[in-house]
Amino acid sequence: MKKEMVAMILAGGQGSRLGALTSHVAKPAVSFGGKYKMIDFVLSNCTNSGVDTVGVLTQYKPLDLNAHIGNGAPWDLDVRRGGISLLPPYMRKTTAEWYRGTANAVYQNLEYLEQYHPEYVLILSGDHIYKMDYGRMLAHHRKKGAEATIAVIDVPQEEAKRFGILNINGDRRVLDFEEKPRHPKSTLASMGVYIFNYDVLRKALIQDNEKERSAHDFGKNIIPSLLEEKRRLYAYPFTGYWRDIGTLSGIWQANLDLLSLDNPLDLYNKDWQIYTRPIDFPPHYIASYAVTEQTMISKGCSVYGTVRRSVIFPNVTIEKGAVVEDSVIMSGCRIGSGVQIKKAILCEQVSLPAGIVIGDGTELAIISPDTQYDQISIAAG
Amino acid sequence: MNYNVMAILNLEEREQEIRGLTAFRPIATIPLAGRYRVIDFILSNLVNAGIRQVGIFSKKSTRSLVGHISAGKPWDLNLKHSGLFLFDHPLLGDHNYDAKLFANNMEFLKKSEADYVILSSSYMIYNMDLQQVIEKHRVSGNEITVLYHPVSDAYREFLNCYTLQFDEHNMLTGYSKNIGADNIANLCMELFVMKKEMLIRLIHRAVQMGEGCSFCDFLMKQLHHFRTGGICYHGYVSCINSTASYYRTNMELLTPQVREDLFCSARPVYTKIKDGPPTLYTEGSRATDSLVADGCIISGTVHHSIISRFVTVSPDALVQNCIVLQGAVIHEGARLNHAIIEKGAVVYPGTVISGTPDFPAVIEKKLLQVPSA
Repeated sequence: MKKEMVAMILAGGQGSRLGALTSHVAKPAVSFGGKYKMIDFVLSNCTNSGVDTVGVLTQYKPLDLNAHIGNGAPWDLDVRRGGISLLPPYMRKTTAEWYRGTANAVYQNLEYLEQYHPEYVLILSGDHIYKMDYGRMLAHHRKKGAEATIAVIDVPQEEAKRFGILNINGDRRVLDFEEKPRHPKSTLASMGVYIFNYDVLRKALIQDNEKERSAHDFGKNIIPSLLEEKRRLYAYPFTGYWRDIGTLSGIWQANLDLLSLDNPLDLYNKDWQIYTRPIDFPPHYIASYAVTEQTMISKGCSVYGTVRRSVIFPNVTIEKGAVVEDSVIMSGCRIGSGVQIKKAILCEQVSLPAGIVIGDGTELAIISPDTQYDQISIAAG
Repeated sequence: MNYNVMAILNLEEREQEIRGLTAFRPIATIPLAGRYRVIDFILSNLVNAGIRQVGIFSKKSTRSLVGHISAGKPWDLNLKHSGLFLFDHPLLGDHNYDAKLFANNMEFLKKSEADYVILSSSYMIYNMDLQQVIEKHRVSGNEITVLYHPVSDAYREFLNCYTLQFDEHNMLTGYSKNIGADNIANLCMELFVMKKEMLIRLIHRAVQMGEGCSFCDFLMKQLHHFRTGGICYHGYVSCINSTASYYRTNMELLTPQVREDLFCSARPVYTKIKDGPPTLYTEGSRATDSLVADGCIISGTVHHSIISRFVTVSPDALVQNCIVLQGAVIHEGARLNHAIIEKGAVVYPGTVISGTPDFPAVIEKKLLQVPSA
């Protein structure tokens, strides 16, 4: 079966800096924006861009991710020709190994790609939050006659050190690429979104696999080696909302970003919807004496208390007299009466008995079901 | 799994008192409770009891029904073996219509491997464990089992519905129609359990006799010829057969007890997926005592209302005691009280609409409020 472009989503990472949020799930399965999981954004981008053949490379704690993706129906990826495939590491005749890097993960699945004889392969990260039309990126790739195209976004000077930074010429051809440079030469950061001509990618992956000292990483190894070979690499400029969230405060901030009506992610735009696996809850109930200001509330919730500047995930109960401010409350939480929460993330299924105080509004508090209540009180000072 | 039982939903329902909302759809697909349609409740009851074969018989325009039900995916009824079947034929005429429709599609009943059939209408709203009902019917030895609900305010609730009389052993002795003359009554919930062969015989008989009434009316007349037993249901029940009852039912959902009864977590209510983001309450918004579905942007004031998916309430708009259906836009300065705003209706800035609890103002689909000069 021939497919023009196949997407490979890297979804095996742990995201260890997200602490309690990733203790049981891979980072792409972390909840975000009230009802979504991070991977919903790239999956929805794929289906909205007309990319209907998607491989998802999984490795770290994949159970939630597997259940969430299922047969891909929420993203219309349950199609006869192509569709979604979960690709964990697997045993071969003589060897068995884990994925040893982003490039190695794709290398180990060349057989999967081979089935579709693609002309192009789209490489994506499963944990980035953005809306992007990969079809337009492909058109740019073709127009430039590129062998590889890297999507780039302009980042603030002081943040450039965190990213892979590109130098390009007037035609957007990539001159050089530095992964997390100490002294960045520009502010054009790679978004970790690549389109490769399949033959070029295939050759590069096979060569890279033979290099013992390689980290088998797209940013650190594959892109530099293609540049060394003087391949035609182009940058595709993206403007808009894009986040590669690496920290808990990043998660908190990105959730709260959704509370302004003019936020560029614009979840309410029906022309580019984000899809997710549905759950069956009734609409949420706001009680007579409740206050809900600058707040996002999901289905199945019951709000009897006060909520300001917060994102409330599905099936959360906030009892009378409770005050929740500047916080992210994940699904299934029960917040007892009189509880006060300021600047916190409550992981899923946290139950807080009446009267508990969390957070002082300066430091971000993280509460998981394992958190002891005496610890909370101490944190509250 | 209940391969032994099939279900038939008869959408031939009395619409005379609910015209505005059924202008474009049968009662079965009237939006209810913010994100559901009337038919979702009985369909969910059936599939939660493990029933995997459901035939829906409808005479009215089925576009809205097909759009909502489609292949039955939200209820896991998109199956290879059995699943969901839709029967309609708008050209059969009005007399005896539904019995003829059953008779014309007798194959559906005959081919099924089921021994038992549940026959039900769609407009009774409740959440009940039907698995238990089937079990009780099996062990009772009765030929027909009918569900009923004791009510004490029949003078204003369940008008035009059937009421039932039973002896001390819960065996049916008679039936009548609720014209609002009594307070105490046993409401017929219009759900019957019987052997499939029994239903086939009844359908034949209805066509043979050519009675000028609906199959349900015919069935009511026949019930006392058989060993018909009743099962009493005490939980929340309402019937969507008038604009007033539709309004009241929605408003009753603002009571916690009613929500717990209808949305009990052991038996979820399933509906078509819409993929809306969570609802956003902006700074300066005010929402109280309301049920609000996903995908809305609330910037104004909402009180004691049911807000469906993808509704916009602009700053300085006031919505109270209202039912606002999917995708409606309430512009700045509008004042709405005791109103039902249809799907996609646009209420222009400064518009004032006011009804009463007994006569809510219905702003119909595509019937836009023209801005004043």
